[in-house]
Amino acid sequence: MNEATVVATSSPSMPWRSLMPWAISLAVMAVLPFLFDGGTAFTLMNVIGINIVFAMSYNMLLGQGGMLSFGHAVFFGMGSYAAMHAMNAIDEASYTGEGFWAHIPVVSMPLVGMIAGGLVALVIGWPFCRRAGTAFAMITLGLGELVAAAGQMFPSLFGGEAGIFANRMVGPQWFGMELSSARDVYGFIAFWTLLAVAAMWAFTRTPLGRMSNAVRDNPDRMAFIGYQPRNIRYLIFIASGAFGGLAGGMAAVNYEIITPESLGLIPSGMALLMAAVGGLGVFYGPIVGAIVVTLINSMLSDYTDASILYVGLIFLSIVMFAPRGLAGGIEQVRVAWRQGELTACLPGWLAGAAAVLLIATGLSLAVELLFHWRHGSDGISQFFGMALNETSVWQWAAVIALVASGVGLMRATQTLRESAQ
Amino acid sequence: MLEIIIFSTLNGILYGLLLFMLSSGLTLIFSMMGVLNFAHASFYMLGAYVAYSLGMVVGFWPALFLAPLIVGLLGALVEKYGLRRVHENGHVAELLFTFGLAYVINELVQLIWGPVSVAYREPAYLREPLFTLMGTDYSIFRGGVILISAMMLVALWYLLKKTRVGLMVRASLTHGNMVGHLGHNVPRLFMGVFGFGCALAGLAGVMGGPLLATEPGMAESLGPIVFVVVVVGGMGSLLGAFYASLLIGLIQTFFVAMDASVGDLLNGIGMNVDPYGEITGITLASMAPMTPFILLVLILIFRPRGLMGELEP
Repeated sequence: MNEATVVATSSPSMPWRSLMPWAISLAVMAVLPFLFDGGTAFTLMNVIGINIVFAMSYNMLLGQGGMLSFGHAVFFGMGSYAAMHAMNAIDEASYTGEGFWAHIPVVSMPLVGMIAGGLVALVIGWPFCRRAGTAFAMITLGLGELVAAAGQMFPSLFGGEAGIFANRMVGPQWFGMELSSARDVYGFIAFWTLLAVAAMWAFTRTPLGRMSNAVRDNPDRMAFIGYQPRNIRYLIFIASGAFGGLAGGMAAVNYEIITPESLGLIPSGMALLMAAVGGLGVFYGPIVGAIVVTLINSMLSDYTDASILYVGLIFLSIVMFAPRGLAGGIEQVRVAWRQGELTACLPGWLAGAAAVLLIATGLSLAVELLFHWRHGSDGISQFFGMALNETSVWQWAAVIALVASGVGLMRATQTLRESAQ
Repeated sequence: MLEIIIFSTLNGILYGLLLFMLSSGLTLIFSMMGVLNFAHASFYMLGAYVAYSLGMVVGFWPALFLAPLIVGLLGALVEKYGLRRVHENGHVAELLFTFGLAYVINELVQLIWGPVSVAYREPAYLREPLFTLMGTDYSIFRGGVILISAMMLVALWYLLKKTRVGLMVRASLTHGNMVGHLGHNVPRLFMGVFGFGCALAGLAGVMGGPLLATEPGMAESLGPIVFVVVVVGGMGSLLGAFYASLLIGLIQTFFVAMDASVGDLLNGIGMNVDPYGEITGITLASMAPMTPFILLVLILIFRPRGLMGELEP
């Protein structure tokens, strides 16, 4: 966390260069609907959009502000609940056509979620922001558990176990957005995702965004200069909560249902997982993380019940071997390429990648063997046509051989990687 | 009424002692390495499951002693090959590592032992009543768990205060570098403390499994409470963790036992409210799972350094 956040440096002479990523994202988002036409693809892309905003808002806390939170889903959930109640209010008001809510379109629900998330953070945040680090982590953990438990106790607000429902096809329609199918919702999600990411990028360029990096790296020095670290943390906390609520508002429109479980530790952990897998120190890291984790989760879960275990193992190995995440790796390659050292670095990196692949294959085989032992063969082993047999010594020996050769290759090529740098 | 008070007190102490067995290891690890082990409750769960599987082979009593040893060994391995590697990347990376580990252990447990609870019970003769008070039995096993926990407490105190290893551990808590300069192997000491803490968690699991339930959600339900204990007691204070464990154990047990709602309480102090309203109709028993977190928030507002902590977290 000590290394400086890589913020895309824009030089005034080349404004087009800093606009390039945005133009590319816009183009990709515009082209995607033409590449896929199945409903499942759109459902998946909508989930990815929501998760991108959620993970990015989480990274405002952890990556930019150095505050490790285990309760971020509280803001997501609260934003979602607020949007749900607003949608129901729109539904009520649309019968008479009178009142404030009759004029609010459903496409603006993320704003409702944003206000709700920001308000929740505003009300509860002050006592939490005294310290960052472990204490903050524990307090937010307690907060998440408390709110999730409270969610079960106030049925009129949170809907109890079953949660609350709403209908997104009510009220005035803006831009002809009927929001009837997943394809319609994709336009809505893509718009808000792009807007939210752009807003969060703009936030990193504000003085407050810069100070959040400073308070992460050296709070004492900030205090000497004359800024209260606690105030800055509090402001970041509110901003991050607001964007978390925005993601919640998007989710409310997409799913049309919300349960108190979405306030708890599991979705909070998901935000952390996505941000850390993607890379905390790079602005676009959580985007990469959200895409990769959502894809792995939904694709593997078609084949095996152990998909969460695979995600957990990937997370663990990234924390251990690539603390800068996937985006950190991309940045490393990019820097080497720009400096013309890519050819020197490449053999070491490729050897490292091969070693990781060997270890991963070995571990996957072990997981599949375990799975086969308890539950019979799953989709993955059928997919590769493996005849698994957990009583066979040879298959376990293959696991050990794969992992050992991976570790061996990693050790043997260590010097290759170090000398190239 | 009296029997409710007596039994709730006994059960509260029992639960509190189990909590302390978990939180003592966590506190030791935290004050020594500065890392809050997120996977601590997962080792507690492993203890219960390993004891269940071992118990079917070697019997209940040998499993009671072997399972904590195995879990402790696993913990030491995790420290040596995982945590030590991550250490150089700072505390946040360590916390992330233990968080991921908790994830993986939870999934592995579900993979190996299945997603529903297993029938891990104490032997039948331990379910006989130790004593009967006003028509309610108190089983031998519960009494035994209190006894073992108390013995563990004394042993921990003796180990830390009276032995040479305890001296080294206490010295490394505050002056890790100096202990290293004096020629002691501090990394190995860390590994030992981590393994020991995990073994304690495993022991709590061996005894808590039959008492509560041996199911894949047991780590998730107890883990946050153990963290609350550590924060409420004061980060890094063993004595504070002890008081906080008992406090939370007693509060939670009494809330469960009390047959009243919020409205009843308010009516009792002279306010006239509807005892079946949405907020006033909430029973104290259903609030019991929330009490540790309410306590946490109150402590943070009124006494941020915890009961016995010397430093503000």
